[in-house]
Amino acid sequence: MKAFWNLMIAEVKLYLREPVAAFFTIAYAPMMLILFGMIYGNKPEAIFGGLGTMDISVPSYIGLIIVTVGLISVPIDTATNRDKGILRRFRATPLHPEIYLAADVTGNYLMTLIGVLLLVVIGKLAYHIHFSGNWLSVFLGFTLSALAFYALGYLLAALAPTARIAQTVGMVLAFPMMFISGATIPIEVLPHGVRQAANFIPLTHVVTLMRGLWFGDPWSAHLIEVTILVGTLVVSSLLAAHLFRWE
Amino acid sequence: MAVIQVEGLRKTYGDLVAVDGISFQVQEGEVFGMVGPNGAGKTTTIECIEGLRQPDGGVITLLGMDPQKDGYQLHQRIGAQLQEAGLPDRLKVGEAMRLFASFYRHSVEWRSLLEQFGLAEKEKAYFGGLSGGQKQRLFIALALINNPEMVFLDELTTGLDPQARRAMWDLVRNIRGQGKTVFLTTHYMEEAEQLCDRVVVIDRGKIVALDTPAALIRSLGAEKRVAFTLSGSLDLQPFRRVPGVAKVERIGERVVIYGQGEKLLSGVVTILEQANVPFRDLHTEQPTLEDVFLALTGREMRD
Ligand SMILES: Nc1ncnc2c1ncn2[C@@H]1O[C@H](COP(=O)(O)OP(=O)(O)OP(=O)(O)O)[C@@H](O)[C@H]1O
Ligand SMILES: [Mg+2]
Repeated sequence: MKAFWNLMIAEVKLYLREPVAAFFTIAYAPMMLILFGMIYGNKPEAIFGGLGTMDISVPSYIGLIIVTVGLISVPIDTATNRDKGILRRFRATPLHPEIYLAADVTGNYLMTLIGVLLLVVIGKLAYHIHFSGNWLSVFLGFTLSALAFYALGYLLAALAPTARIAQTVGMVLAFPMMFISGATIPIEVLPHGVRQAANFIPLTHVVTLMRGLWFGDPWSAHLIEVTILVGTLVVSSLLAAHLFRWE
Repeated sequence: MAVIQVEGLRKTYGDLVAVDGISFQVQEGEVFGMVGPNGAGKTTTIECIEGLRQPDGGVITLLGMDPQKDGYQLHQRIGAQLQEAGLPDRLKVGEAMRLFASFYRHSVEWRSLLEQFGLAEKEKAYFGGLSGGQKQRLFIALALINNPEMVFLDELTTGLDPQARRAMWDLVRNIRGQGKTVFLTTHYMEEAEQLCDRVVVIDRGKIVALDTPAALIRSLGAEKRVAFTLSGSLDLQPFRRVPGVAKVERIGERVVIYGQGEKLLSGVVTILEQANVPFRDLHTEQPTLEDVFLALTGREMRD
């Protein structure tokens, strides 16, 4: 327990000391919100079924934060810890790998959560965004989405021979996803072909699920998204556990 | 009592046989050194004993347990400084100590450890900002944080300056003084000679010698040398008649007389005085572990 706690605190401190990671996790989504808020405001739009741009942006940007942590921070950190012999050094102690993993996941989850809370608070205060869902459902949907993307991130770290490759592949995957999934630009304004293609990327399902739960959809309306995200979580975790090398 | 028993240890990497069926024991309370050229298999051996690498053959017993099966339990009781390891660049020294202390059931007061290793004023410094020698000292401090019964030091003084190296030797003697067993590897024969109760020399994955440093030096039958520098000319023939002399060599002004026995030096000095020629820089050179090492493992460079 002591080990878990200390590792998690170290994880959070290291995250905050890495300016680029901290910026993209905590400040990027709120900045985008303010920027688009200045352009579009939050007036009701027919295309969004009477909701404003800010109303739909907040739940969508949750996906932006999740993909940043999952596909960029997690693989870079994990592969770097492996390449630098940090994991090797841990292995020479009685620390169990499960505790390391649990602390790492928790630390990343806390950072994601801080980013999301900041986004929601700014949305509420600055644009009085609508919320007609159930907080618990939103929280659970967020947690499922985050874990599924962390699992993808660990899988990427396990597959990448070096931290540099993990970083490059993570960014190559993350940036297009951000723009065609609806996490940055509302899915409604994207061309039909792009929307079709977007169905094949997991982030689209995160955005659909978060927007749905945010405005009160029942879980039964999102069985496809839940199935895809649980599937991503389970398959990636099993593969990552099987393929991961400590050095 | 043997705290480490290695029986027929074998480890291969693909086609390469890194450790080729070696056997030895380490006794409780001794400083046991392993020396050998680059790639000899030292790190492979030490990390198999620590349970960090899986042997392909042989039996290892560490503190009565199997490192592969009882790794977690053993890691509570041993400390390891690895040849290759790292910490996050942005982790502070004090944070690293606190973090590692939390991995163990029992740990010592880490601030006094930092002080012992001359790192007290670096407590708030980032790991990434430390010099190579400071990192090395931090890793050795981390290896001692659980007050281990047995310490493994893989190249403990590589990268240290002469002051820090000597300070490290004192620390190792100190660790031994507390009754702990030390297993170290080194490339510095002086270090092995100074610190180790027994030394094993390995080459290409095989043991070529195992004994106390003094016995190894004796077994080699290496000669002492008496050397001096001459300004004038001198007939070297009389030196060959000094008891124990094996060989007389002259390179320019420098004369080296190889031989054995107590009378070697006094015999040489007597002849010099009788001849009444000016000489300087007279000194004797004892055979060292380095001579043994080079005799056993050859002079050509390894990969
Ligand atoms: N993980 C590995 N994969 C493949 N080959 C390895 C690995 N580790 C070591 N080797 C090879 O095994 C041999 C023994 O290596 P080892 O690191 O045990 O030597 P060493 O005696 O510690 O050398 P040094 O003095 O340079 O540290 C070397 O030829 C090395 O290239
Ligand atoms: Mg080595």
